[in-house]
Amino acid sequence: MCAKKVDAIVIGAGWAGSILAKELTEAGLSVVMLERGDERATAVEGDYPSSIDELRGAIRHRLFQNLSQSTVTIRNTLDQEALPYRRLAAFLPGEGVGGAGLHWSGVHFRVAPDDLALRTNVVARYGKNFIPEGMNLQDYGVTYEELEPFFDKAEKVFGTSGEPYTINGKIAGNGNRFAPDRSDAFPLPAMGEVYSASLFRSAASNVGYHPYALPAANASAQYTNPYGVQMGPCNFCGYCSGYDCYMYSKASPNVNILPALRQDPKFTLITKAHVLKVNLDADKKKATGVSYLDLRTRQQVELDADLVIISAFQFHNVHLMLLSGIGQPYDPKQNTGTVGRNFVYQTITTSRAWLSPKQYTNLFVGAGGAGVAIDDFNSMNFDHGPLGFVGGSPVWVNQAGVKPIAAAIGGPGGKAPTWGEGYKDAMVDTYRHSLTIDAHGSNMAYRDVYLDLDPTYNNAYGQPLLRMTFNWKDNDIRMNQYVVGKIEPIIKAMGATKYSLGMLKDGEVFDTRRYQTTHLGGGAVMGTDPKTSCINRYLQSWDVSNVFVIGASAFPQGMGYNPTGMVAALAYWAAYHIRTTYLKNPGPMVQA
Amino acid sequence: MKIPSSTRRNFTAGLLGSTSFWMYGGHKVWADALQSEGALAYKPQYFNHEEWQFINAACARIFPADAHGPDGALLGAPEFIDRQMDTPYGHGQLWYMSGPFRAGAPNLGYQLPLPPRDLYRQAIAAANMYVRDHHQGQVFAQLAAPEQIAVLKAFEQGKMMLGDVPAHAFFEQLRQNTLEGVFSDPLYGGNKGLAGWTLLGFPGARADFMDWVNQKGAPYPFGPVSMSGETA
Ligand SMILES: Cc1cc2nc3c(=O)[nH]c(=O)nc-3n(C[C@H](O)[C@H](O)[C@H](O)COP(=O)(O)OP(=O)(O)OC[C@H]3O[C@@H](n4cnc5c(N)ncnc54)[C@H](O)[C@@H]3O)c2cc1C
Ligand code: SF4
Repeated sequence: MCAKKVDAIVIGAGWAGSILAKELTEAGLSVVMLERGDERATAVEGDYPSSIDELRGAIRHRLFQNLSQSTVTIRNTLDQEALPYRRLAAFLPGEGVGGAGLHWSGVHFRVAPDDLALRTNVVARYGKNFIPEGMNLQDYGVTYEELEPFFDKAEKVFGTSGEPYTINGKIAGNGNRFAPDRSDAFPLPAMGEVYSASLFRSAASNVGYHPYALPAANASAQYTNPYGVQMGPCNFCGYCSGYDCYMYSKASPNVNILPALRQDPKFTLITKAHVLKVNLDADKKKATGVSYLDLRTRQQVELDADLVIISAFQFHNVHLMLLSGIGQPYDPKQNTGTVGRNFVYQTITTSRAWLSPKQYTNLFVGAGGAGVAIDDFNSMNFDHGPLGFVGGSPVWVNQAGVKPIAAAIGGPGGKAPTWGEGYKDAMVDTYRHSLTIDAHGSNMAYRDVYLDLDPTYNNAYGQPLLRMTFNWKDNDIRMNQYVVGKIEPIIKAMGATKYSLGMLKDGEVFDTRRYQTTHLGGGAVMGTDPKTSCINRYLQSWDVSNVFVIGASAFPQGMGYNPTGMVAALAYWAAYHIRTTYLKNPGPMVQA
Repeated sequence: MKIPSSTRRNFTAGLLGSTSFWMYGGHKVWADALQSEGALAYKPQYFNHEEWQFINAACARIFPADAHGPDGALLGAPEFIDRQMDTPYGHGQLWYMSGPFRAGAPNLGYQLPLPPRDLYRQAIAAANMYVRDHHQGQVFAQLAAPEQIAVLKAFEQGKMMLGDVPAHAFFEQLRQNTLEGVFSDPLYGGNKGLAGWTLLGFPGARADFMDWVNQKGAPYPFGPVSMSGETA
């Protein structure tokens, strides 16, 4: 065992960790970033053609977390016994340098400002009784105006392509009219539109909705970001979600931040370093560093630091807090504690429209972040009063590139057979002539949906697995059904020959076998009240003031938008306040 | 694989039309070519004779021959599955395989202690036992196609167990691996002659559509290429 000391330790080399490590080294700190997975560089993992191998990539999960070492257990209700998530399916956490940021898709949103103060807004508009029993609706404790400079910064680092609506209060483009005001344009113009997306645009507009180009962290043109690193133009290769981009066009920590960071002598990246816990002093008020397992030598190493950043991905953040004893674990029966409270996800359902045999949708053409969406039924952009639910969904065509194995296993859809006679006919029709439309929506937090440590199952290092208690609730099911109902007129306006609407059914239980999204949230939420949040509005632990917890774990409820834009903005926001306030006078930045 | 040039032309014609190339004349030439150099020459490394016969028959029923082209066995899906058995996937090294193993609600996912290779070994033996009981001592591979289909449907929909394996879990394993074989890069032993990709109109490793982002509904004009540069 070797004891060493640095200024700051960053746990996890994904988006959140790389942003914090960059900012802290810029502030002059010595930083060690610990990543349990392998070193990953686009020149190697993104090498053509081995990078575009569907079997090895998205099917055998080349870049994803290897569950054989560690996973979670899942149950739907408090009285059930949780069972291990043995095979990757519903969500796909990352592992290795870049984290899930290496194999994500690149849809790069800001936030719907109403979502930041959802409780306040719902109560103001519909009264307190509108909130269903058992729903923990909360505010973030931070406003859009405060975050705007950090959204802007993140977009410039990511090289995001998009079309604005307003800039500094003036209409500047044909972008999303529900999007909040911007201080500057997107760094790159919007991505091109595939045929399916352009059909959606005109049909949605004919029906009276307000279509816009999805903001994408896929580069629509050659780009150099503020760190001096370069991106090439995206060629819609279609091997986007689940793959490393061989064109250097999809933003990743590996392409957009680490090349600059790696040159800084104050920065050290250690891979194959699995952090077991954050070490605390005797009264659990200060972190002294971390203990990690060097997976190469199987030695446990203690590393001391003045500042510890937990940025290991949403549920790993919560797991590390529970294993370390940071804060009080949430107890759903007593309704006490905060760590693990407000665990949330997102609702997503896919509808399909078939076009005439003369119309080829060429589903294999696509980019992960590109597409056309409407926000007419997202956030608080519509009147919930008569509907009686909280939340909403953007709706979009996001043709990210459909590869044949996934398409074939998923089957032709509708009532067509999934094998045997008639399968090939239907599959050919679906693959050549159909398109999909998603309702990608919010998921609220509930008293009996949470994270804690599993009483039975351990990881390969003898530590208890994290346990998820999660189920769909009536509020979110009804929201999904309502929004999917709004897709039907769009499909009809497209002139579809037939269609099938995908929606959550009444009473539907969460199914771990079907991929939904990797947009898990909450469990270590930010807020203004230490009784209902783990971290303050600067993402600083209320309990251990030299620990900051960065990630979607900070979201009090699951929003309709994809999370990473918000995660990156919160990371820059926290880093800014660490640099300008915390480092000058370490200690709690908000008094509990 | 060498494909006679007449077939190549038909293939291109098919891609451009709404029906796949197989509808056009000359497909017999391709089938013969597949037969002579493809699937049948392979010697299984993991499966024993009885298992191999079973897998071949099942792949042909799951992905049948029809006007679009040959069946999954001819396209090399059995070879693909056999080769997968000796990968980290086949050995269950990509899955959390620590106990205790308990049965649970289906929506909580796979809970068997069996990696794919053991699952196949157990379930095929039990499946043949089941078939012997119902079909006068014959094994699955000896049945006529309609009977094989009926057996697979019974597995897919039934509640029966094949050894420790629920029949529907075995069927789904077989279905998924067959389709993986038909539609993965030929590097892995299936998708012979790129016929799986050609069927769907998937261009394989081309992965550059800079000029094809939006063709207003026209079909993409180029046939598939494998990672090693093989074309159909
Ligand atoms: C297929 C896919 C598509 C997606 N598409 C989108 C999209 O279009 N838009 C969007 O907004 N989001 C998308 N996401 C989500 C996005 O990837 C995540 O929101 C984002 O990567 C989160 O960043 P992070 O830094 O919090 O975590 P990560 O990027 O996951 O990084 C965390 C890192 O910490 C490491 N780590 C964990 N535990 C430990 C430990 N104990 N010790 C050491 N290291 C540890 C992990 O190995 C990992 O490398 C997608 C995700 C997936 C899987
Ligand atoms: S679609 Fe574009 S951004 Fe995505 S992997 Fe391909 S080239 Fe990269």
